Amino acid sequence: MGEMQHLTARRMVDLEIDGEPVRVLEGSTILDACRGLGIDTPTLCYGETLRPANVCRVCVVELEGARVLAPACSRKVEPGMKVRTDSERVRHSRKLVLELLSSSVDLSTTPAAAGYLERYGAEPERHGPPAPADPGRDRRRAGHHEEPDGQTAATAASPIKIDNELYVRDYSKCILCYKCVDVCGEQHQNTFAIAVAGRGFDARISTEYVAPLPESACVYCGNCIAVCPTGALMFTSEHELRAEGVWDEARQERTDTICPYCGVGCNLTLHVQDNRIVKVTSPDDHDITRGNLCVKGRFGVQHVNARGR
Amino acid sequence: MFGAGGGTSSYQEIEETDVILLWGSNARDTHPIFFHHLLVGVHAGARLFVIDPRRTSSAQWADAWLGLDVGSDIALASTMAREIIHSGLHNRAFIERATEGFRDYAASVEPFTLEEGERLTGVPAEAIREAAHAFARADRAMICWTLGITEHHNAVDNVLALINLGLLTGHVGRYGSGLNPLRGQNNVQGGGDMGAIPNKLPGFQDIERDVEARAHFEAAWGVPLDPHRGWHLTQMFEGMERGELRTLYVIGENPAASEADVRRARRLLGGLDFLVVQDIFMTQTAEMADIVFPSSASWCESEGTVTNSERRVQRVRRALDPPSDARDDMWILTELARRLGHDWGAPTAEEVWDELRSLSPMHRGMSYRRLEELGGLQWPCPDEQHPGSLFLHGRLWLEPREGPPAPFSVVEHRPPFEALDAEFPIRLTTGRRLESYNTGVQSGRFRSPLHKGGAICLSPEDAERLLLEDAEIVRVSSRRGTVEAPVRIDPGLRSGLAFMTFHFPGEVDTNVLTIDATDPRSGTAEFKAAAIRIEKIVRRASDGSAKVGEPAPALGR
Repeated sequence: MGEMQHLTARRMVDLEIDGEPVRVLEGSTILDACRGLGIDTPTLCYGETLRPANVCRVCVVELEGARVLAPACSRKVEPGMKVRTDSERVRHSRKLVLELLSSSVDLSTTPAAAGYLERYGAEPERHGPPAPADPGRDRRRAGHHEEPDGQTAATAASPIKIDNELYVRDYSKCILCYKCVDVCGEQHQNTFAIAVAGRGFDARISTEYVAPLPESACVYCGNCIAVCPTGALMFTSEHELRAEGVWDEARQERTDTICPYCGVGCNLTLHVQDNRIVKVTSPDDHDITRGNLCVKGRFGVQHVNARGR
Repeated sequence: MFGAGGGTSSYQEIEETDVILLWGSNARDTHPIFFHHLLVGVHAGARLFVIDPRRTSSAQWADAWLGLDVGSDIALASTMAREIIHSGLHNRAFIERATEGFRDYAASVEPFTLEEGERLTGVPAEAIREAAHAFARADRAMICWTLGITEHHNAVDNVLALINLGLLTGHVGRYGSGLNPLRGQNNVQGGGDMGAIPNKLPGFQDIERDVEARAHFEAAWGVPLDPHRGWHLTQMFEGMERGELRTLYVIGENPAASEADVRRARRLLGGLDFLVVQDIFMTQTAEMADIVFPSSASWCESEGTVTNSERRVQRVRRALDPPSDARDDMWILTELARRLGHDWGAPTAEEVWDELRSLSPMHRGMSYRRLEELGGLQWPCPDEQHPGSLFLHGRLWLEPREGPPAPFSVVEHRPPFEALDAEFPIRLTTGRRLESYNTGVQSGRFRSPLHKGGAICLSPEDAERLLLEDAEIVRVSSRRGTVEAPVRIDPGLRSGLAFMTFHFPGEVDTNVLTIDATDPRSGTAEFKAAAIRIEKIVRRASDGSAKVGEPAPALGR
């Protein structure tokens, strides 16, 4: 009831996107307005359940009269705004962001990456072949960064971390979008098990003192996996099925149900392949969970797979 | 509460309340996603008071932790009430309009001065005063509780004591103010909704007193109903003891591991003429059964609904094919009925639900279509235009009030059934951990780095006094039995208080120790308060010099 009053109390804003007039609720972002018009805007660091971190810059748009490009995911609409989503500057900027990311990070499990790279004509290979992985990347300190050689593309490559039975961390795929840090921290989970360590190109997501997860503050809610846009954080079940070459989302059914544990009534989306639960998520738009679960809902439902089959 | 068997508020309300009393609940670990909502409130400025004998992970988020002695909840609530009344902070207009019995209640709490409260509960008087004033002065305030309130021999009185605080301050029946038991199991609220309570028909309609409702059911089902209440779980075990209950049909429950004083429970289950168990696993109880019905998992191999702690009915759906021998619960029940001479046909889950809707007015507006479109609906929802109910008892704020007044209840402070003494000097309390659940039937079957196994948790002070080290195996005894368990040192415990879970009955059979003193009204056993003793086990050295089972030094208190 209160929400209805709130909604009706908001004004409408008129603006123009790619020459088309559009009217949206005040407080909407340019991204919301683009979606309303069916304009596919690439996003990586944006999350439905998180405050915009504004770091990946892949969603930038051009605003008439503005000196710099603006991130569509966080910039609020203003009356009379004239937005261009497909100008030369926008295309060029998105191309560069995608090129730099994909030359330094493994985007092979980022769902929309291939399409975006193609759409914007990104050529990550022009930055040179990837430099060899640095096993010491986790321990690099600010100021100890080595000069690039100009011949190879610097990368975030580092050995995959498999230190527990529930999920794996492959930071070679990490674009530093901050979503895992934000969801683990005060925006949802309030566990604060991870943060950004290091500076500049050496920045990476880390537990305290690079502790293995079982020795860290992690409570295995897996809410970081749920928001990770690149597959850097992945269920062990998915990681193993991919390694066996049998992970196949086209064959997976998604069914919404309710967690069998405590009485909060969290909504689970069960991802089922070959009659086995291979992954569990929760709808972002359900007001009980807002996409979040605890360790039991996320991982503790495997008992039905274990039943004498 | 006042006739409605459910929490009064919605999760979203705790995000916008001003003061939260989290009482006998470690929701951070046991209701983690509810705690997300609570923390939104805390970040927005709500003051959180955690009332718990243990300094839990929830207490770490609190403005103040009130570490009361186990079983002194009523004394604490009464002390808060007296302080509120004496400070003139009670809501006189609300009490006058919406309640009855205030005068007797006020007289009953009069002996509970702050000093007396401190003596009875162990909580410093100043902390009690601060919590009382914060709660009473708040524009919006909520009390949320869990089994720390209800797993006591005086469970119902404990709940009534919290309701009294809500009535005294008018913190019920408004957005952001309410009284909320957090349900421990995914459909324990739904079980109550569906009449799995000895004296209730579905929709909390009283089988003894509500003649009209009973007649509706008799007409719909075409059979006369026994107009008398049935037995709750504790009464069933008493019935077994007397030899009156000879056959038991257990569905999705594991009493051979989960009952307090579990040796007695096993003896009684073992003495039955006939035991039927329907479950998704071969549980300890199923091992004892004459017949086992393997069933499909109700939450992912079957269609239906469950009800959560905010009275929201939601759909569960079939995502998996069950193992080949397992059958849907409903199929088993209808097939059983058929063989007993009653043809119930083969109804779908939706058809059964629609019958329920026709008989339970509070569920009437909840069609499957609406449940799916709206992501669930909160009862009461009397018709298909009704949006569901965010909170209950708004009628108490109408002028003039609608319906009967909400009664204050005079309740008495009675300490735990089993007092501490020289022989059993340590208080054992039990509970859950984040990654586990009850007897581990489900949670024991996933690999988690958080699983640490069964243990007896002790305060650093007691461990030192008893000359015990972390992970050392000790002998733990109560009047009912003895188990061996590794020690785990827990700085959240105070001297004299020990903590165990019963998640790993195969490793540490905790319920051998617990006491089945029960509240005769709710049938809930006092899992939260047993008296135990802890003995160091001195293993025989190779030269045979050391004694086995050397008694531990006495724990002076």
